[in-house]
Amino acid sequence: MLNISTLHYLVLGAALFLLGIIGVLTRRNVVIVLMSIELILNAVNLNLVAFSRYWQSIHGPNALHGQIFAIFVITDAAAEAAVGLGILIAFFRNKETVNVDEVNLLKW
Amino acid sequence: MLFLNNIWLIPLLPAFGAATMFFFGRRLQKSSVNAVCVGVVALAFLFACGAVLQYNTWADANNHQPFQKILYTWLGTDTGHMNYVTNGGTQAAFQADAGFLLDPLSSIWLLFVTGVGMLIHIYSTGYMAHEGGYYRFFGYLNLFMFSMLTLILANNYVLMFVGWEGVGLCSYLLIGFYFQRKSASDAANKAFIVNRIGDAGFLLGMFFIAWYFGSLRYVDVNHLARSGQFQIGDPIITAATLLLFVGACGKSAQLPLYVWLPDAMEGPTPVSALIHAATMVTAGVYMVARSNALFVLAPTSMKVVAIIGALTAIFAASIGLVQNDIKRVLAYSTVSQLGYMFLALGVGAFAAGVFHVFTHAFFKALLFLGAGSVIHAMSGEQDMRNMGDLRGRIPTTYWTMFIATLAIAGIPPFAGFFSKDEILWQTWTSEGGAYRILWGVGYLTALMTAFYMFRLIYLTFFSKPRMSHEVEHHIHESPSSMTVPLVVLAVMSLFAGFLGWPHSLGGSDRFAKYLDPVFARGEAKVLVEEGKAGQLAAGEKEEERTSPVEYGLMGLSVLAAIVGWMAASRFYKEADKRYAEPINAATPAVYTTLLNKYYVDEGYDYAFTGRRKLGGVRLGVMGLGEASSWFDSHIIDGAVNAAGWITRATATLSSWWDKWIIDGIGVNGPPILARMLSYPMRLFEWGLVQWYALVMTAGLVGFVFYYVYR
Repeated sequence: MLNISTLHYLVLGAALFLLGIIGVLTRRNVVIVLMSIELILNAVNLNLVAFSRYWQSIHGPNALHGQIFAIFVITDAAAEAAVGLGILIAFFRNKETVNVDEVNLLKW
Repeated sequence: MLFLNNIWLIPLLPAFGAATMFFFGRRLQKSSVNAVCVGVVALAFLFACGAVLQYNTWADANNHQPFQKILYTWLGTDTGHMNYVTNGGTQAAFQADAGFLLDPLSSIWLLFVTGVGMLIHIYSTGYMAHEGGYYRFFGYLNLFMFSMLTLILANNYVLMFVGWEGVGLCSYLLIGFYFQRKSASDAANKAFIVNRIGDAGFLLGMFFIAWYFGSLRYVDVNHLARSGQFQIGDPIITAATLLLFVGACGKSAQLPLYVWLPDAMEGPTPVSALIHAATMVTAGVYMVARSNALFVLAPTSMKVVAIIGALTAIFAASIGLVQNDIKRVLAYSTVSQLGYMFLALGVGAFAAGVFHVFTHAFFKALLFLGAGSVIHAMSGEQDMRNMGDLRGRIPTTYWTMFIATLAIAGIPPFAGFFSKDEILWQTWTSEGGAYRILWGVGYLTALMTAFYMFRLIYLTFFSKPRMSHEVEHHIHESPSSMTVPLVVLAVMSLFAGFLGWPHSLGGSDRFAKYLDPVFARGEAKVLVEEGKAGQLAAGEKEEERTSPVEYGLMGLSVLAAIVGWMAASRFYKEADKRYAEPINAATPAVYTTLLNKYYVDEGYDYAFTGRRKLGGVRLGVMGLGEASSWFDSHIIDGAVNAAGWITRATATLSSWWDKWIIDGIGVNGPPILARMLSYPMRLFEWGLVQWYALVMTAGLVGFVFYYVYR
């Protein structure tokens, strides 16, 4: 039985983060961009939780700061998704598109 | 004291009549109008008789002072807000009472104004019976009586001025009674406007008096003037009296302001009789007589009054010689007789002037009313050339008018003889020297008066009938409402003169004696006790009268009357349709000049009204108007336009400055600069969100590498 260490979580988190970054940078559909942002946030959550376990092994079972912080981030992600989708719907009503490269009103 | 204490009722009664006509007249029957309007004047007359009788008893017991009844302070306050500094440096309140004053002078005016006024009211009920605006006419007449009585009974100059303006207004309204006729409304305007000139003089004179004496009450002014503290010939008093005389000239139709009176004949004939012959036009005489204490302090003013009076007398009489309109002859005769009165005042014979006013009121009112009766009989014809031989057809009118003519011509023993002779005698004796020239002028006027009056009588009542058959057919004597006043006035014309029966003819000249307390015989003496001084002056007068010259002069003036009569009789007794005017036959140029009234109206049109152009230039009021109009359209409007042009030019400049300098450099300059400077910066912002994210990521990676591998 392979022992799953903190490093494994970190590698998985970095992979997820990279996937999220690539999604944000490459996809034109805003919905997918938002989903990619969720991936980035969840990669961070994974890191937080992983470090929290590591911290517990040193300071005892009550050192749960990282896990609580992860819950905050999830809440924040939900709020951000709501706001982002709201903006998206308003934008769609105006321009009948959800492509991010067409969001260029502030371009000189 | 019932009448004296309620003397304010005398003017108020006609005011009540006028107010009734104003509010209810339209709905009243003619009989009710008669009852109210004639009734109030008759009541006023009875009241006036009572008041004068009571005054005479009262005056005997009170040292012949004037009786004053002050109701309340009508103008001004006692708070000191209307105080002013008099010439003497003291404070005086500008005040005027609603106060009434009765003394011999106002008594005389009161009696003949109400008496003649009443007769003329009665006459008017017959004369105006078939005219429109009956109640309006009587309302105006009542209003006139109210104003005239206010003028007479006022105890100060301001209230007198109220009456003065009131009679002016009524005169205007009644001259323009037939306002549908352009000539009538023009004449009304003329009368009103010419009177304004005089009124301005009166007002200024009044202010001088207020400033110099600190009061406008006759009693105060007279007391100060007779106190001896003023020099004879005091320049301020001279100015004040001259200004007052300007007012008198306007109201009493003296040169050069007489022009309105002949035109005033456009009004109904009773109006001419009441206002423009008997009462209103004597207001100027009244005012000068009332101010006699001031006039005796100003010999220059007296001279002016005498000369103007004499000139007016002969001037108007000469015009009257050739006029053909029966009322115009009488109008010029009135002007001429008023001139006599002023001549008397001017030589200091105040009582004689007033006496002439008194007798003139009767015979001139009678002449006008008789003329009205003639016009009535002639179906409205006023031109004497179309009359003739009316003697037998309207006998009452003829006889009464004949008596009046005898009176005005100065045939003894009719009223005019006594008053006119008194004036001529006083003119002869008063100063002597150059003043005898004035006597000559007056004498010549008397001759002319006799001539034109008998000319009127002969052309109207004698000679051959010259009217059309239709008119001739309608000739009829007037109703008794018109003839009864004629008869009463004829009786007065016969007997009124006896009041002033002179000493030289064995009389006592009661009239002048009655007036002594007012005039103190025209002597500018210190009169501490007026009664005593009056007696003294009367004594001096008695001495003057013992001159045989007086009988000679008296005979001469009777001779003048007879000569005038005979001349008129010779030229006009047999006048038929082709009769010739003797003056025209002798010198046509003189005749034309006289017929055209010396071209005075035309002259005034050139010089003062500007209705005619003098060689292409318009002078006078209309000239002033034209000049003002030119000034307005060229100078004022030019300035306005210039201001406009300057504004416009500067606005253009300002606009250019704003557009190119302010907007171009100040406002648009910085943005242009900013845009130019920002140009390279914009290159970084190409608008693709994902590129920004990529740069962010790259930066992040860079930071990571920097911190991890440094």
